[in-house]
Amino acid sequence: MEVLKIATAGSVDDGKSTLIGRILYDTKSLTSDKLEAIEKTSKQKGYDYLDFSLATDGLVAEREQGITIDVAHIYFSTQTKSYIIADTPGHVEYTRNMVTGASTSQAAIILIDARKGVIEQTNRHFFINNLLRVKEVIVAINKMDLVDFSEDIYNKIKADFEILMQKRDYQDQNITFIPVSALKGDNVVHKSKNTPWYKGQTLLEHFELLDTEDVYNVGTPRFPVQYVIRPKTEEFHDFRGYAGKVYGGELSVGDEVVALPSQTKSKIKEIYLYDQSYQTASRRSSVTITLEDDINVSRGDMLVKVDDLPTIDKQFTATISWMDSQNLVTGNKYVLQHGVNKVLAKVDVIHHKIHPDYSGIEEHISALGMNDIASVTFKLNKSIFFDPFKNHRTNGSFILIDSQSNNTVGAGFIQ
Amino acid sequence: MTKDTSKVNPLENEAIYIIREVAAQFEKPVLLFSGGKDSITLVRLAQKAFYPAKIPFPLMHIDTGHNFPETIAFRDRLVKELGLELIVRNVQDSIDEGKVKEESGRYSSRNSLQTTTLLDAIEEFKFDACIGGARRDEEKARAKERIFSVRDDFGQWDEKNQRPELFDMLNGQIHLGQNVRVFPISNWTELDVWSYIEREHIEIPSIYFAHTRETFLRDGLIWSSDDEVVYRDENEVVEERLVRFRTVGDMSCTAAVLSDAADIASVVQEIRESTISERGARIDDKRSEAAMEKRKQQGYF
Repeated sequence: MEVLKIATAGSVDDGKSTLIGRILYDTKSLTSDKLEAIEKTSKQKGYDYLDFSLATDGLVAEREQGITIDVAHIYFSTQTKSYIIADTPGHVEYTRNMVTGASTSQAAIILIDARKGVIEQTNRHFFINNLLRVKEVIVAINKMDLVDFSEDIYNKIKADFEILMQKRDYQDQNITFIPVSALKGDNVVHKSKNTPWYKGQTLLEHFELLDTEDVYNVGTPRFPVQYVIRPKTEEFHDFRGYAGKVYGGELSVGDEVVALPSQTKSKIKEIYLYDQSYQTASRRSSVTITLEDDINVSRGDMLVKVDDLPTIDKQFTATISWMDSQNLVTGNKYVLQHGVNKVLAKVDVIHHKIHPDYSGIEEHISALGMNDIASVTFKLNKSIFFDPFKNHRTNGSFILIDSQSNNTVGAGFIQ
Repeated sequence: MTKDTSKVNPLENEAIYIIREVAAQFEKPVLLFSGGKDSITLVRLAQKAFYPAKIPFPLMHIDTGHNFPETIAFRDRLVKELGLELIVRNVQDSIDEGKVKEESGRYSSRNSLQTTTLLDAIEEFKFDACIGGARRDEEKARAKERIFSVRDDFGQWDEKNQRPELFDMLNGQIHLGQNVRVFPISNWTELDVWSYIEREHIEIPSIYFAHTRETFLRDGLIWSSDDEVVYRDENEVVEERLVRFRTVGDMSCTAAVLSDAADIASVVQEIRESTISERGARIDDKRSEAAMEKRKQQGYF
């Protein structure tokens, strides 16, 4: 079964939770006990319709305030695909959740209230999904029922959004516009009779036809070693396997590889997944690799093809998204986790802050606060083996960990 | 030799990756094993993660003393066959020591008492990571759970202050005394688990399949009357029914469903067509709308 991860973005009251609830309802994914709970609570609140947002807003504080605080994951499946929706909150202060949701998704839904059109928040939602290089973006123009399903209004919003699209950095992003009413169900799962002027697909039809291959990981194979397997049993006395996940491309038995950072060369001898051996380890598979030669490889090292080396350096510049209430200041040190590898990183230069609403950059910055996005140069205590984020979504990203609090305080995308 | 690994389930790849991160990032991990299908699936995934080596951490069962006998027999056989280390800690001991008080009455259950026994065991063995089979699709508070979920010294979950999890990167750095609950099958649905059990030919306890059982009805749910641990009124009539269990928790809080699905293929088919969610048969979640969130804040698994 193919799995498609979708992130959602929308401002407060744009109807994000209602849209997800509607998808679940129309695909018959809501079980009778969940539906019962929604009916009961809707009635208690005195609504004359079903409040589908109750299907997703899980935490007590969220139900009290009627808003989504944290990323919630919602699951449903059709005959062709399994879907995971990361429902991320729309508030300005929760940018970090949007970055988080987008980082694991192949598609994103950006919701726009048809009555309000493109607003500052829309710019942010688009900016983040473009920064994170989410391949497929669906702009769902919602609440069409409240503007009499007006084609003019739809076209005006679409035109405004297209102006925004000219500013984007990642031009190959696919963008699709769909007029919907989440509350009434128009063009979500079923085609609407109210929008005869709209010839495109419904939201679900669009997802059903999407290619779930994770396009961002296409590139060159990178194999970060997670764990060294040494059974030391009689049967597998000399077995020394390198466990990890293959990113970017595929690796096959016989491939000439280099182990980084030692730069020692060898050849792939075997590829295992459990007790089965394979000729080729495909992209994104968790396997165990053995080499022809007995070389020294440990966790955090990386196996790559001889003719396809990443950049090996102790310094780089990245776009970072700051996620902590304590400021990032020039000279600060953090633990930098790049895949499964950890090094110490020092903030060398903060070049400029980037306004995520496309209103430009701000220079002469000495500190970054929560939700800031900026271009920063780091110096490391040890070299890491990386690719630019635009070429390799996995090997071009990292997280920053505060060594005092141990919290994840930032995410970075190497330029 | 099989050609390539492209047909491998992406969820399996993800789970194996997570389990390996646990072994690499923590000093003393443990796999919380209940004898239910989710934890049995975890054991298989852990086997796959480290083959041909053995699973490099023990299993731990927090035994309420109210488990289905079939589950316990299954547990012991599995551990023996795979040569694994099993730690058992009993809720009964926590009751005897006066640390928790047994509930009484119609809806009494030892389910929530497990938390104390679990936290004591974590402290006793100094476990820093506990791998569990919880899934985000089970319940809405669980939908917000991280894959690496940090718990403080009191085992508490601070749901509003969770670490962001980006890409594949899992941050397992913790302070002394904290521990991490790890959920490798977070992104699996009930159907994903059943399909996996079918495809991998994984053995599971017999109570998951249709069998005749002495039962009675309460609040529209079917309860086993085989055992004394399930409280029953005089006027609740015992009848023999053809049933199976969709989830295997404590006998006192796990209801059966009417079913004639006697093998794995029919179970998968039944789940596919089902309109009641899995935890719909768990009375512990029905106590209030926020029941699970409250228990998780207190350290429940």
